[in-house]
Amino acid sequence: MAQSSPSGAVGTPRLLLHALLFVAALIVLLPFVWIAAAAFKTQITLLMGNVLFDPVINNFREVLFGRTSTYTRSFFNSVMIASASTLLVMVIAFLAGYSLFRMRWPRWVVNVFLVWAIGFNLVPPVALAGAWYELFRGIGLTNRTIALSHTTLHLPMALWLLSSFFRDVPRELEEAATMDGAGFLALLWGIVMPVMLPGLVSTAILVFIFSWNEFPVALALTNSQTSTVPVAIAKFAQENEIKYTQMAAASVLSAIPALLALILGQRFIVKGLTAGAVK
Amino acid sequence: MPSANGVAKYLSLTPAVLFLVALTVLPIANLLVLSFHDVTWSGGRASWQWEAAQNYLQLGSDRLFIAGITNTLILVVVATTLQVAIGLGLALLCSILGRSSTIYRTLFLLPILIPGIIIGAIWKLMYNFDFGIINQFVSLVGLPRVDWLGAPSLALWSVIAVDVWHWTPFSFLLLLAAIESLPTDVTEAAKIDGASPWQELWTITLPLLWPAIFVTFAFRAVIAFKVFDEVYLLTGGGPGTATEVISFTIYQRFFVQDDAGYGAAMSIALIFVISLIIAVNLTRRQRLET
Repeated sequence: MAQSSPSGAVGTPRLLLHALLFVAALIVLLPFVWIAAAAFKTQITLLMGNVLFDPVINNFREVLFGRTSTYTRSFFNSVMIASASTLLVMVIAFLAGYSLFRMRWPRWVVNVFLVWAIGFNLVPPVALAGAWYELFRGIGLTNRTIALSHTTLHLPMALWLLSSFFRDVPRELEEAATMDGAGFLALLWGIVMPVMLPGLVSTAILVFIFSWNEFPVALALTNSQTSTVPVAIAKFAQENEIKYTQMAAASVLSAIPALLALILGQRFIVKGLTAGAVK
Repeated sequence: MPSANGVAKYLSLTPAVLFLVALTVLPIANLLVLSFHDVTWSGGRASWQWEAAQNYLQLGSDRLFIAGITNTLILVVVATTLQVAIGLGLALLCSILGRSSTIYRTLFLLPILIPGIIIGAIWKLMYNFDFGIINQFVSLVGLPRVDWLGAPSLALWSVIAVDVWHWTPFSFLLLLAAIESLPTDVTEAAKIDGASPWQELWTITLPLLWPAIFVTFAFRAVIAFKVFDEVYLLTGGGPGTATEVISFTIYQRFFVQDDAGYGAAMSIALIFVISLIIAVNLTRRQRLET
């Protein structure tokens, strides 16, 4: 419809439509510009509300290297947790997806997993955080337990997304490979995975971003040693005297993965976000 | 079928089953059992005291719980409706403009990917009474400054505004994908018959889009029900209970007050309520369709 209906804009000046979208884009963008600017201000220029100011990098220095700052540790924790849980989610969901959607299971088995994949979204993560807290209390709360929690949180979503991507793999390809005597792992690794790569990349990017952003479970299951980036940012807001400019600097640093994903993998993100709902 | 493949079929599903059973089903079952107990701590050991339905009965008279449910429902209905309406408008604009709107599509992805807690931090600064950009603008126009997050009658609406800003792009994205997958032959035919763009929109595009609009609404409503991050940072549920949302209530009861049994009962009640709402909507929709 997009390209085929230029006549849809006849009568409605295209310039006006562009103007409307431009205003919407400004509304989306300005808050980000404002907080990025705040990150380069001193507390005084922020309080004065100056539009023009001499940028300082002191906030970033404090956040990254300050003696009392735990931000770098949280950043490291988040990188570890998001990477480990993404890897786990992808391996488990890919194997399960192949088994469920490509090998002969009774219909009800497949349905159990699909209902889980959708129904799981209804459960508030806070409720699960309580349940996991009781479970993990005995063995201690470490990076590993949070990575496991995040894996559990995002596994259903990954399975749901992959269920639509598995449909795009032509069966003839697998049959031909099996005829040639390829084993199970060789088939998955050499044939199915390359064909599904765009879908797998989309899913992995989303799982990573969601794990990076996840707050309530991390808040409930971490202590000062194991806190993730969102928990670290929340801490800024709870101190008696909020260091607004440092909070802004920490926020800018924490947005890096999202910005990277947007710049490098924009098409994959759109594919992932829409696959779950539209197909 | 060779038997090696039969083994592979079971083996490759096993890890997923383990996660489903050990970290989803069992914890929720544990939560269910817990919700009938009162948990007290003494000397580092928990003791469970059977309380039957005491925790559940308490819910009805818990002001925090009632405020949490009410505010969450207001937020879900208002924010989701606005998000779908604005998102639909923007998606239609982009589909009319076609390829020249690509830059906007990219830009609109940004709020979806940024951590919710940062969204909260951004708006906490922008709403700030003394130096926030919104009050700067307000006083520039000559109006008195507004306490956006501190005034009980205003705080929930300020939170809803943030949620709309945060998630309208998501509705936009889903609806744009739906618009672009619509069959083009119907609209072509309408154009040949001389339909105006407005007629085309109201009589063809929108009716065809209804299923997608419903799905987007449901998707958004489910996510909105779990709202936590922004509220935690913006208002912490206050002032009073003005912005108390249900996820936040559970968090407070379970972790801050360390009342695990009662927090569990709240969680179970919430899961039940959400399932009920979904079930009612689904059956009503099915009835409408037949």
